[in-house]
Amino acid sequence: MGGLQKKKYESGSATNYVSRNKARKKLSLSLADFRRLCILKGIYPHEPKHKKKVNKGSTAPRTFYLLKDIRFLLHEPVVGKFREYKIFVRKLRKAYGKAEWSGVKRMKENKPVYKLDHIIKERYPTFIDALRDVDDALSMCFLFSTFARTGKCHVQTIQLCRRLGVEWMNYIIDLRSLRKVFLSIKGIYYQAEVLGQTITWIVPYQFAHDHPTDVDYRVMATFTELYTTLLGFVNFRLYQTLNLVYPPKLDGQGEFNLKSTCEEDYALESESYSEKLSALSASLARTVPLVEDEEAEPDHFPAEGVSERQKCQKTLKKLFEGLKFFLNREVPRESLAFLIRCFGGQVSWDKSLCIGSTYDETDEMITHHIVDRPTINKQYINRYYIQPQWVYDCVNAKILLPVEEYFLGVTLPPHLSPFVEESEGDYVPPEKLKLLALQRGEKPREEEDDQIQFCLPQRLSVKVTPGKVKQENRMRTEQEEKAEEKRLAIMMMKKKEKYLYDKIMFGKKRNVREVSLLRNRCHFTIVCAFFCKFKNTIE
Amino acid sequence: VSDSNFSLLVFITFSVRSQDIRNTVGNIPMEWYKDYPHIGYDLEGKKIFKPIRNKDELDEFLDKMENPDYWRTVQDKMTGADIRLSDEQVDLVHRLQQGKFGDVNFNEYEPAIDFFSNEVMIHPVTNRPQDKRSFIPSLIEKEKVGKLVHAIKMGWIKPRRPKETTPQYYDLWAKEDPNSILGRHKMHVPAPKMKLPGHEESYNPPPEYLLSEEERLAWEQQDPEYRKLSFLPQKFACLRAVPAYSRFIHERFERCLDLYLCPRQRKMRVNVNPEDLIPKLPKPKDLQPFPTTQSLVYRGHSSLVRSISVSPSGQWLVSGSDDCTVRFWEVSTARCLKTVEVGGAVKGVAWNPNPSICLVAVSYDDTVVLLNPGLGDRLVCTATDQLISSYEEPEEVMDQSVQWAVAEGEGHEQGHRLILKHPKTVRQVTWHGKGDYLACVMPDNGSSLQVVIHQVSKRRTQNPFRKNKGLVQCVSFHPIRPYFFVATQRYVRVYNLIKQELTKKLMANCKWISSMAIHPGGDNVICGSYDCRLAWFDLDLSTKPYKVLRHHKKALRSVAYHRHYPLFASGSDDGSVIVCHGMVYNDLLQNPLIVPVKVLKGHTITHDLGVLDVTFHPTQPWVFSSGADGTVRLFT
Repeated sequence: MGGLQKKKYESGSATNYVSRNKARKKLSLSLADFRRLCILKGIYPHEPKHKKKVNKGSTAPRTFYLLKDIRFLLHEPVVGKFREYKIFVRKLRKAYGKAEWSGVKRMKENKPVYKLDHIIKERYPTFIDALRDVDDALSMCFLFSTFARTGKCHVQTIQLCRRLGVEWMNYIIDLRSLRKVFLSIKGIYYQAEVLGQTITWIVPYQFAHDHPTDVDYRVMATFTELYTTLLGFVNFRLYQTLNLVYPPKLDGQGEFNLKSTCEEDYALESESYSEKLSALSASLARTVPLVEDEEAEPDHFPAEGVSERQKCQKTLKKLFEGLKFFLNREVPRESLAFLIRCFGGQVSWDKSLCIGSTYDETDEMITHHIVDRPTINKQYINRYYIQPQWVYDCVNAKILLPVEEYFLGVTLPPHLSPFVEESEGDYVPPEKLKLLALQRGEKPREEEDDQIQFCLPQRLSVKVTPGKVKQENRMRTEQEEKAEEKRLAIMMMKKKEKYLYDKIMFGKKRNVREVSLLRNRCHFTIVCAFFCKFKNTIE
Repeated sequence: VSDSNFSLLVFITFSVRSQDIRNTVGNIPMEWYKDYPHIGYDLEGKKIFKPIRNKDELDEFLDKMENPDYWRTVQDKMTGADIRLSDEQVDLVHRLQQGKFGDVNFNEYEPAIDFFSNEVMIHPVTNRPQDKRSFIPSLIEKEKVGKLVHAIKMGWIKPRRPKETTPQYYDLWAKEDPNSILGRHKMHVPAPKMKLPGHEESYNPPPEYLLSEEERLAWEQQDPEYRKLSFLPQKFACLRAVPAYSRFIHERFERCLDLYLCPRQRKMRVNVNPEDLIPKLPKPKDLQPFPTTQSLVYRGHSSLVRSISVSPSGQWLVSGSDDCTVRFWEVSTARCLKTVEVGGAVKGVAWNPNPSICLVAVSYDDTVVLLNPGLGDRLVCTATDQLISSYEEPEEVMDQSVQWAVAEGEGHEQGHRLILKHPKTVRQVTWHGKGDYLACVMPDNGSSLQVVIHQVSKRRTQNPFRKNKGLVQCVSFHPIRPYFFVATQRYVRVYNLIKQELTKKLMANCKWISSMAIHPGGDNVICGSYDCRLAWFDLDLSTKPYKVLRHHKKALRSVAYHRHYPLFASGSDDGSVIVCHGMVYNDLLQNPLIVPVKVLKGHTITHDLGVLDVTFHPTQPWVFSSGADGTVRLFT
């Protein structure tokens, strides 16, 4: 056994990881800059497999980065820019102190800026990788675009976010690839399928934000910086795939339609074009003019299941085709316009509400008028007056639902989440069952009235029957025997397995409990509703 | 007059009254004079004395009420005298208060005359002649301009490029290079996507997803970290009524933090079917016979039954209880044949395993009594009595720590034969398989006299250990070989009685051993402990338990092996007796098979005690258990 004794923590996992402070010292960056760099380069801490080994025997809580990651950061050009910026700030402060205003002006003009293009390319070597990560970018951009133009971040950032969001929405409209939408209490969730990737994003409701004090906006701003760059490149590429002009332009017809309106009422000359784009009411210009008739069928014959799905998607794309919507002023205009245009409908609104309305309320061809108030004074006969939830429910159900339940002043049916996929043993709300039946093409039966007819006599004809001698139930005894056998076998389990088993069983039991709770409550509400109805009929 | 205008007033009054008395102190804070009788100096340098002020609050008040000019009276700080303001002065004050000019005649809206207008007048505004430098071009400027012109001509100075305000985008992925996919990208752990919302997050959820009042309160009281839902489900009648979500920015921010601060690790999720985890054991049905039902209950004791023992023939059962009695029962009928009263709560009873002797050892307090119950074969009983009475005193009397006495009189009538007085309380008695030796345990920490072995035929007592380590819980003789098992709190020590040495020390891996039983084959030992464990030792394998069972919910009180059948039982404070199949193979390569076969319940739990003792019938697969409820039960 010759040779030197091996020292502890000088090889293996202990040397593969570095703590945050060490990494920061190696890069000689301040903590804020280190954070910014990590955000931009997508470096995240790793949880080592054996924490104590990596921590050199200590069990103190510490975050670890991979040493390779930190080495990778060493040669990042952005780090140089960070240092330049630090120097710039120092110089500027000095100039301010000396009241050299011309110097201040000159320095401000030469403020160091950095580009993130190479970082995006490096983080996402292929386009699909970038698309996969676009979820958070979209949510962030839509949030920032709703910020007020004062205070929390630069106005340019907000405008850029807005522009990118509108570009994205226009792309989705053009591709008609929206799949699901959900009105939650937090905001509106959208789910689209782009190039085979499912992309979900959330848009807050249009209200002024109550800015929290315990949120670090610098971190958010750094993320937004990265995300706007990413989203810009993604948008460019996506527009290119559809032969659309980037930056987006309205096509000739759409531009003509919008020209007629008195646009100077809404926006400055400089902003009116972007406003018109964000109205989402006109289609975009293409680099290659689109052939009017149907797209050429693909030559190959795909498998049956796939074709079925394609067919389904095709019908979904034309869900609102031929329908003409009119939005009243109290409904969320942008969301609904986006939705209706995504599924081929025509949409307009009051001229005074927003730029880009294409037809008036008086138009005879309007089929659906979306209103979110209990009553409306002037009603036209040849159109449905419905609440906005109908549009969202139709999209999720992938069919045009009967409008009766969504008329004005009617209590709306519950709005269900389209993202929930119930597996076996999960609770399925009765509304979902009804919807599934509708999708299968079954007629909604008047089940409540039936129930009343069915339930009443049964409930009243309660009587006592003479008791019977209980037969010895062989099945039951057998089952009991089995249960006991199992119980005894569980006794013999090893400690580790017993722990795992108990954990699994605990989770299962909790699920069952939750489901039964929901089911009981649902039953309770149905019974309550039934009794109310019953009382009313009696009275 | 309000206080804010007071200083102003003083100034006015001063200027008005300055012709009478002029205070020459100047513009100084007048409180410098507050401790002096005078208030300053007049023009001739004589002191100006403060006017005598002897008005108190009441005078002040009366003055306020009666004097119509009180409101326009002010005090001159410079002289200390009261001054009544004239009408013009009051008017002036009013005007100043309203922010007007003091002078009544001043017109603030006079038309402004712009003297320096763009119109060139024939006369200059000022009469100053122009400078010379205004006629001569500057040389320095000329030089500077010349340099700039030269630099522009030479192309050294270029006009500043217009700044890019909007970022430029292009097709970043125009040529996707497969080489750019590095090892880094393969190692990358992508952040999990955000959880998609469920029905409860809807603005109009089904009513069953809304929280009830109690659930809502519980939700509010919970720490935000442990809440299952981060929001309260709410229902709104229409979309218009939905407010902004106050934590939207927070949630985005938390997501950002997760993305760059949260350590990531690839975790393999085990997808285990819980049924697969349950070990496959032979069915209890195939391992019969074993006791399955409770068939007899022996009632009679009025207090806890600490100990029971069955006669070697299997016909009789003896039980000792805290009510200071020992009862003898007929096993098959549950009839109490005999009750013997002793002088204390009975801790242990043990029937002599030798079938030719009819003796029962009973321990209470510091006494062990050998009883002859007089049951069964009369010949055996008389033979036993003869055996005891045939004892002859040895020549030399040894000095023993235990006093042997022969019972006489009433005690003899009841069946008492020999009485052994010990120095300490005896907890357990146990017989050697041959029936001549009797071991007693007197638990006492640190004492050398914890275990004594009596030889009944010679009425001799010996203390086998010079020193005992720890508190002895129970002892047992090896059924075949001359070994002696001593269980202390944590360990079981096995001594060779012939060689007089420690052969093995078994580590029980439990906190406190309560009981111990030896397999009739002699190679296996089970230990019950107060921390709900039952440890099975295979002496051939190791000194660590071959198997530890945690099948009882509470402390184990007693364990027992069956003499013929591969069965063992354990009784616990949770009121249950668990019977297990414990097969030991002659083949050394095959490990014992342990299968729990039956949970027997019958005893009611009193004072947190359930089953206190279990013992098997010597020939049948029956198990007896005694409990804290004063009963003995037979399961068959």
